[in-house]
Amino acid sequence: MSIAFDEAGRPFIIVREQDKKERLKGIEAVKANIAAAKAVSRTLRSSLGPKGMDKMLQNQDGEVTVTNDGATILQQMDLQHQIAKLMVELSKAQDDEIGDGTTGVVVLCGALLERAERLIDQGIHPSRVSEGYETACDLSTELLARISDEITLNDTKLTEMKKVAMTTLNSKIVNRFKDKLADICVSAVTSVADFERKDVNLDLIKVEGKVGGKLEDTNLVNGILAIDKDFSHPQMPRRVEDAKICILTCPFEPPKPKTKHKLEIDSVEKYKDMQKAEMEYFQDMVKKVKDSGANLVICQWGFDDEANHLLYKAGLPAVRWVGGVEIELIALATGGRIIPRFSEISPEKLGRAGVVKEVHFGTTRDRMIVLEDCAKSKAVTIFVRGGNQMILEEAKRSIHDALCIVRNLVVDNRIVYGGGAAEIACSNYVAEKMNEIPGVEQHAVGAFSEALDSVVMALAENSGLNPIESLGEIKARQANEKNAHLGIDCMGLGESDMKKQSVFESLQSKQKQLQHATQMCRMILKIDDVIQPSRYE
Amino acid sequence: MMQSMPGVPFNLDAVPTVLKDSATEEKGETARLSSFVGALAITDLVKTTLGPKGMDKILQSSSGSVTITNDGATILKSIYIDNPAAKILVDISKTQDDEVGDGTTSVCCLAGELLREAEKLVDQRIHPQIIIAGFRKAATCAEDALLAATVDNGGNADKMRDDLYNIACTTLSSKVLSQARDQFSSISVDAVLRLKGSTNLDHIQIIKKPGGSLKDSYLEEGFILAKSLGVGQPKVMENAKILVSNTPMDTDKVKIYGAKVRVDSLARVAEIEEAEREKMMNKCEKILDHKCNVFVNRQLIYNRPEQFFADNGVMAIEHADFDGIERIALVTGGEVVSTFDSPETAVLGRCEKIQEIIIGEDRLIQFSGCAKGEACTIVLRGANEQLLDEAERSLHDALCVLSQTAKETKTVLGGGCSEALMANAVDELAKSVAGKESLAVESFARALRALPGIIADNAGYDSSELVAQLRAAHAAGKSTCGLNMNDGTIGDMRELGVTESWKLKRQMLNSATEAAEMILRVDDILRATPRPREDRPH
Repeated sequence: MSIAFDEAGRPFIIVREQDKKERLKGIEAVKANIAAAKAVSRTLRSSLGPKGMDKMLQNQDGEVTVTNDGATILQQMDLQHQIAKLMVELSKAQDDEIGDGTTGVVVLCGALLERAERLIDQGIHPSRVSEGYETACDLSTELLARISDEITLNDTKLTEMKKVAMTTLNSKIVNRFKDKLADICVSAVTSVADFERKDVNLDLIKVEGKVGGKLEDTNLVNGILAIDKDFSHPQMPRRVEDAKICILTCPFEPPKPKTKHKLEIDSVEKYKDMQKAEMEYFQDMVKKVKDSGANLVICQWGFDDEANHLLYKAGLPAVRWVGGVEIELIALATGGRIIPRFSEISPEKLGRAGVVKEVHFGTTRDRMIVLEDCAKSKAVTIFVRGGNQMILEEAKRSIHDALCIVRNLVVDNRIVYGGGAAEIACSNYVAEKMNEIPGVEQHAVGAFSEALDSVVMALAENSGLNPIESLGEIKARQANEKNAHLGIDCMGLGESDMKKQSVFESLQSKQKQLQHATQMCRMILKIDDVIQPSRYE
Repeated sequence: MMQSMPGVPFNLDAVPTVLKDSATEEKGETARLSSFVGALAITDLVKTTLGPKGMDKILQSSSGSVTITNDGATILKSIYIDNPAAKILVDISKTQDDEVGDGTTSVCCLAGELLREAEKLVDQRIHPQIIIAGFRKAATCAEDALLAATVDNGGNADKMRDDLYNIACTTLSSKVLSQARDQFSSISVDAVLRLKGSTNLDHIQIIKKPGGSLKDSYLEEGFILAKSLGVGQPKVMENAKILVSNTPMDTDKVKIYGAKVRVDSLARVAEIEEAEREKMMNKCEKILDHKCNVFVNRQLIYNRPEQFFADNGVMAIEHADFDGIERIALVTGGEVVSTFDSPETAVLGRCEKIQEIIIGEDRLIQFSGCAKGEACTIVLRGANEQLLDEAERSLHDALCVLSQTAKETKTVLGGGCSEALMANAVDELAKSVAGKESLAVESFARALRALPGIIADNAGYDSSELVAQLRAAHAAGKSTCGLNMNDGTIGDMRELGVTESWKLKRQMLNSATEAAEMILRVDDILRATPRPREDRPH
């Protein structure tokens, strides 16, 4: 495609290569890629920060999602451009590794690329830009580690952990309720955390939701919920105290050998024998369960009416069709063993729980089974309520983010300060160091610092402040007062010291954000040829 | 396609197609406008059905069947919507339906009115986040005011019954059942009280039979099963001892895997067949050992066992379904039995009389004088199917609200009284809120006050006049004043007995605020390409 410019600088096209833009090369390709990445990051820009706005997404089937979680927005956007898809991967990587900061990472990457474009226009080779970014990124992560503070993780004093969780929740629609949610998340994580190994298995925290009530009704259940399950026989007791649970993954049925076999019946006697054997199978199974001392059966499979009645008769309440994941969780929590064969039932394999009960909801037939006060109590459930489906889903996502952040703190208890404070500190530091770097990379390092500023500007802009003015002020104050805790006062509290405002973020999250964004940026800058297969007509 | 790209560089190659073809993005003002338009369209659609003088809608489905209703949830469920904001409103209405069963129109109207007010504020260049902050303050204040106005008669059974009766009247007065309001109120209160605090409405069975008039509807003392008796069975059974069971009575399946009957002669076939039959007869004998005189089974009963039961004077009822079995077990106090080897431990259900009755043209089985009455049956009569369907929906709404109220016994006053009360409390709050948020708080009060306005409008009265009077009355401390839609005046709601459930009102307030907040927070709408429909020949 050839373009000329008229005297006013407007472009006009001389030759248009019709439908043959399947291949882009060199600087053209780099620029097109940068433009695409910028377009994506621009969409997310307004979602950044505590006063960021939400996006409404309608999927292919017309279902609506309202969210301000970067990863979710990008995943649901109907993208076709390859680079745009890479940005999705970027936010997903952040989501998988850290769980939060998915918006920030994309916005930062967009800002980095925007600056890179300018440098390329000045004639700097993309790889030199990459190298400069890498240097700057190393400098920044180093600085972040230096300015970070350690928080205490004593079981008694979790207030600081809670503040980190609150910072995360602040940007979500659930923020009017962040106090209690942060409490819930922190106690959920600490109850399953292994402080010695500094590890948290998030699989042990289940987040379940049911539409109805309001967000404030959300609570932490010290145990497990099995949604949409009920006791198999309508007249079984709805509540079992001091439950000894037999967790079965075999059906209440005569065995089904895997090898092919045939049982041939050719006489009346044999027929009767078989009937008898069948009956015995059932009675035997129920007896084995009963003999082990169990008073509750949780079965992965179904059982037919006859077995159901026998169980009822034996005073064994039973829950059937419990999913595999739930079975595992129940086994973990109650300290029971999953029993795959009836012959292996023994008293020591039973799980224990304080109370098991069936709970009803609303006016429809929604029921669920709650297992409380489990013996091992290693599993907890956060039960989320909300006025409608969309808010419920968004609340679940927010809780997931907060859980991840709290987990990161258990792994690494260092924090930095939010509200752009960390970014500004890095930006100032990088700008300072820039002059010591020889060669072309110097410019790229400078650009990195500018990109960090631009993220802070987005934050200020979304909070209704004058971005240039507030950025300048904070930058100057950080430099003059040598205080890396100063940030943008997004909530309008009249206090710029983020330590006093308790806006905490985990160090890991910030570092990973910078690293991921830089890496993605380098990758995009390295591409100099885009070849698309021409489409079938 | 990217719709707008501010700051496009000169090089046209740099304008990438980021989104897929025909996927769209709306940003900023456009997005907000599209949300407001969608939400308001939905509100305007349902608001004419609000209140005792609200109008009905005809819904015609694509297959041509017709529904006439004024139930907000039903209307919203059936319309096709392609606006994401509107879908949020439909969803809150559905949640309201699931959670409390009624107030589906009100919740949608309140959310719509909140957005209407918010739109004005956005036009005045107030940022949505500030509006949200104001709405939140107002909603908390309104909820507190509502809670302060509740009356709890939970401890007093008689007063509780009056409350329930009044709530039923209030709920039903806006429905098709209003012509026989008192009768249906009693029916639903009695039905709900028989559940003894359970909220499982499956235990209340509604049988619809066209014919007669709504006034002929009644609450069956005992229980009715919509099945007929087998041929040759006794038609009446006094002092019934009922064995409630769930077992195959055709042939017993062989449950041992891989078993196969293999015979070498016809005679053998007959022998095996005989053995099978013998087994079934054994089962019948065992059932008889329970000393029952009525046998109700969930599954089919084949002719032969049926014959056997008839010969032995046992009434056999087949194919009673899961729900039916569960209800019969509840009503008669029997156990649901599937094996018959221990007759001494099985608990039989009891009732005084079982007989076949005829309603309209259909034969049904009536269980009267039951031991336990925790399930019941309401028989609805009416001129046509549509009327019956609407009556069932209305009754269901009332039953839902009542069963929820029986659990959470706090009540508030209806007829716009609670709304006016909350609005005045919010107005008070607005005076003490500093900054632009106070504008949003004021708007919240206006939105609340719009609800009594709609009720008055729908009844054809001068809404501005009435709402102003209502506001003045509340300001003067008459906190029980509401709209009397029979006379078109304001009156004391406590005297008129217009009561509503607190849980319903609270849920309405919360859902509506949440939904409005959610829609306000949106500044970008991204639509994916609709999934292409495969036009397969049917």
